[in-house]
Amino acid sequence: MSTVAPAERAPARETGPLLSVDQLVVTYPGKGRGRPPVQVLKRVSIDVHPGETLGLVGESGSGKTTLGRAILGLAPVTGGSIGFGGRDISAIGRKERRALSDDIQVVFQDPYTSLNPALTVGDILTEPLLVTGTSGADANRRVRDLLDQVRLPADAGGRLPREFSGGQRQRIAIARALTRSPKIIVCDEPVSALDLSNQARILDLFIEIQERTRVAYLFITHDLSVVRHISHRVAVMYRGEIVETGDAATVTSTPEHPYTRRLLLAAPVPDPARQAERRAARQEFASRQQAAMLSGALTDDTNS
Amino acid sequence: MTLPMPDPAAATAGEPGTALVPRRDRILRRLLKDPTAVVCLSILALIALACAAAPLLTSHDPHTSNLADALAPPSGSHPLGGDGVGRDVLSRLLYGGRTSLLGTALATAIAVVIGVPTGLVAGYFRGWFDGLAGWVANLVMSIPAIILLLVVLGTVGQSTYLAMAVFGVLMAPGVFRLVRGSVNAVREELYVDAARVSGLSDARIIRRHVLPVVQAPVIIQAAQLFGIGILIQSGLEFLGLGSTAEASWGSMLNDAFGNIYTKEQLLLWPGLAIALTVAASGLLANALTDVLVGGSAARPKRRRGVATATAVGSGVAGTTGGAGAAGGAGAAGVAKTAGSSGSSGSSGSSGSSRSTEGAEGAGGAGAARAARTVEAAVSTGAEGTARTVGAVGTTRATGSAGVAGTAGTAGSEGPATGADAPAGDTGETADTGEAADTGEAADTGEDESARPRFREDAAQGEGQPQPPLTPAADAPALPPALAPAPADAPAPAPHSGAPVGDELLVVRDLRVSYGSTAVVDGVSLAVRRGEVLGLVGESGSGKSQTAFAVLGLLPPEAQVTVGALSFGGTELSASGAEAGHGILGRRIAYVPQEPMSNLDPSFRIGTQLVEPMRRHLGLSRAEARKKALALLDRVGIADPARVYAAYPHQVSGGMAQRVLIAVAVSCDPDLLIADEPTTALDVTVQAEVLDLMRSLQKERDMGMVLVTHDFGVVADICDRVAVMQTGRIVESAPAADLFADPRHPYTRMLLASTLEDSEPRGPLTAPAVSEGVDA
Repeated sequence: MSTVAPAERAPARETGPLLSVDQLVVTYPGKGRGRPPVQVLKRVSIDVHPGETLGLVGESGSGKTTLGRAILGLAPVTGGSIGFGGRDISAIGRKERRALSDDIQVVFQDPYTSLNPALTVGDILTEPLLVTGTSGADANRRVRDLLDQVRLPADAGGRLPREFSGGQRQRIAIARALTRSPKIIVCDEPVSALDLSNQARILDLFIEIQERTRVAYLFITHDLSVVRHISHRVAVMYRGEIVETGDAATVTSTPEHPYTRRLLLAAPVPDPARQAERRAARQEFASRQQAAMLSGALTDDTNS
Repeated sequence: MTLPMPDPAAATAGEPGTALVPRRDRILRRLLKDPTAVVCLSILALIALACAAAPLLTSHDPHTSNLADALAPPSGSHPLGGDGVGRDVLSRLLYGGRTSLLGTALATAIAVVIGVPTGLVAGYFRGWFDGLAGWVANLVMSIPAIILLLVVLGTVGQSTYLAMAVFGVLMAPGVFRLVRGSVNAVREELYVDAARVSGLSDARIIRRHVLPVVQAPVIIQAAQLFGIGILIQSGLEFLGLGSTAEASWGSMLNDAFGNIYTKEQLLLWPGLAIALTVAASGLLANALTDVLVGGSAARPKRRRGVATATAVGSGVAGTTGGAGAAGGAGAAGVAKTAGSSGSSGSSGSSGSSRSTEGAEGAGGAGAARAARTVEAAVSTGAEGTARTVGAVGTTRATGSAGVAGTAGTAGSEGPATGADAPAGDTGETADTGEAADTGEAADTGEDESARPRFREDAAQGEGQPQPPLTPAADAPALPPALAPAPADAPAPAPHSGAPVGDELLVVRDLRVSYGSTAVVDGVSLAVRRGEVLGLVGESGSGKSQTAFAVLGLLPPEAQVTVGALSFGGTELSASGAEAGHGILGRRIAYVPQEPMSNLDPSFRIGTQLVEPMRRHLGLSRAEARKKALALLDRVGIADPARVYAAYPHQVSGGMAQRVLIAVAVSCDPDLLIADEPTTALDVTVQAEVLDLMRSLQKERDMGMVLVTHDFGVVADICDRVAVMQTGRIVESAPAADLFADPRHPYTRMLLASTLEDSEPRGPLTAPAVSEGVDA
């Protein structure tokens, strides 16, 4: 696919979803003999449309990263389907999966381990191009262009990842995801490891790139404020299931599901007075939940 | 976390230009800088060259026996004399060397050629091949090598090369396991996943991303196998099992043994040749380990595990390399290599080196380990806690042994924490260590507190030349009586409103630097009883370094000066809350960022809770246990008895942090220093942990220093806030004032970056079509 010029931007919903995950189940075999297998995703369904950001929120262990990895072909799909551009990609072979790398890309959470420390930035960025048979000169040109897109100096190509800060490394990872002009990027907590000010800058970079190229994001994060900033729509995951979906403003300010509410109330506000209110509201909500739990209505994971 | 981010590259890579030089060249160059390696390489090259040039060096045929020369003494025509049947010893030594070296090279090559590809395939693809190959490897390893060789030679006939080929096959499983282990570790790396998503074929991923990691341990093991091979080969020949048609060192020994009563010198020459070759290849393997594993070949740690390097994370990289080297290697010699890699491997490792970036330059592997151990000791409040100095001393002594011991067996986090165990264990004996250390640092008396023990240690370190400290210049520059005010702080006086005399902790003009890089640059702060001070800043701002300096947990390379540091009215030395004062672990407690890596995995949680109380409070075992259970209950653990008996890996991260908080408050401290205590936790768990910390703080009227980057956390719990930027406090104010009216541009920028109140992005274009949401 080539870069789509902004002028060609089509209305969002004409073509139907770009990515359509339907009743997806991922089960890992139990650790050790005799242990039951662990179902990480329990019939999860989401859609992502072209040019859209779907925020996927959840806590550690909720299965949100596994969903991303399943879409990327890095986690075993044991049930359901993953449709991309109208075809099921949940059980394709290695070769077909490699071909998909034109369309589906990734930015991982940890900019320290997602870049091979032994390769220069230039090598890292040309790698996805050279496999497709692009000439070295073309690849180098593309790298210069990409570095410019993610606001890194042109001479970054000759340096090693360890010479860059976390935010800069994440820019390199974004550039790598963009090399083949994908249709969708799975962003797995891409700003969680970054400083506050970097976080905002990288998010704005993501948005800017999306507006320019109409790439879609599946944006996985545990942070409601991040998801609110970047997402058009939000899906909330809890213990392997999607418990709530809706547009970003609604889900992040007036959520319906008790878990989402708990998540929202637990996020501290940078304002002592309002935080005190939120804290009181959270504690009250927690005690109500506790009471409800005692009457057997809800499960709770306090102390986890 | 905030450790000296400033110039990570400079410390490790030297000039950026080196990045462009192919790695192989750099490795070779580094190898040639190591005297051991140069000597070993020269010896091996000389021996090989002499053997290759045998026809030029001697005119005698190694097989022609001349009875007149039997047992002849050295002479002009026979420089080394003649052997039992009158063959020239020199010529047999040279030609025999050919057999020995070539035979051994053959064995090594076969081991590598079989072991590496199978290890790569098994480790990378796993599946049935992995199972099968592992099974075969185990089977082969269980066969007694010598017996099999005897059988083969007995049935097929006596051939040196055949014997060595079989030996090579027998050694292949060792290589296989080593490679498979290394591949297994690297295939989990995110960059391999990224390469897969980039559409690289498996072959290409293996070549580009996996092979370079495997290469180092394989080279090291090959060098060792070579030494072992020489010994085995000589042994076989000595037993008369090799080909009789060819001279070899082993057959020379055989002949010499027959004449041991008449001419014992005959043993000397082959013995010397064997000893030299074996020793040279063994030492070369060690030198290679230092160069390959200690350098860029070390894999980065997965930060999710050991995460944002507290000092705990720091030493791990080096040992990880060691673990890679030792990973599953059954061969005896390899354990030795792991030891040496552990002891010298830390410097220059890239991944988790963030906290020791300063340390790396100084090449202080021991230092990093010491710091790590001490910190762990502090956080668990183990025996070593009260004896920071002693712990450092003993860690030096036991450190490498500990690391060597654990590197091979433990997983990714194992090496670090495993290595901590000796420190905890030697806590009792730490007194002697302390005595030694304080003796050393005796000139740094109380009154000269500005000149810390650190400098002593730094000077002992073999690394870069340390620029002279200038405490004398720094300290007097600030009249001690004056209110501390960093020169460039436009903020209102940092301690406005703090009643004098009520302060629990007072730090004035704290400076921490690594080499010429200052990471804390004139920080002054005060914490009153019952007050929570937030120390806020981005990574690299020096906030954690400030906390560590107060705790006395900085690595020895850190150069620390302080105008004044007092706790509860007692002046402390610049090395922080030094153990000798009985303050650390008792009156100042510490809650770390990474709960999991700060609990020793080899001890039950109960033990780690009870130890500090027994030590500091002098409780009996039963009393301590009772109090520990009460504490676990107090920190909101539903089933204290179960958690008390559990090992750290059996509890969740939130639970582990509660345990560490219980440990921290167990000795009723006056001051709690918490370094990003909730950063690693989920937001709902964070809220609960903050609730817990707040209530404990209120209940016990503790002072608290909370290091964080999250303004939400600050708003939640802090009374006062100090904002740090590049080593300085740029603004300090009561929390409500700071949020309502931030003065410094940096504070404003940070507050503006919080996304909490940002506008939601809104739907794409049309309102969202209802999605298939599933129950």
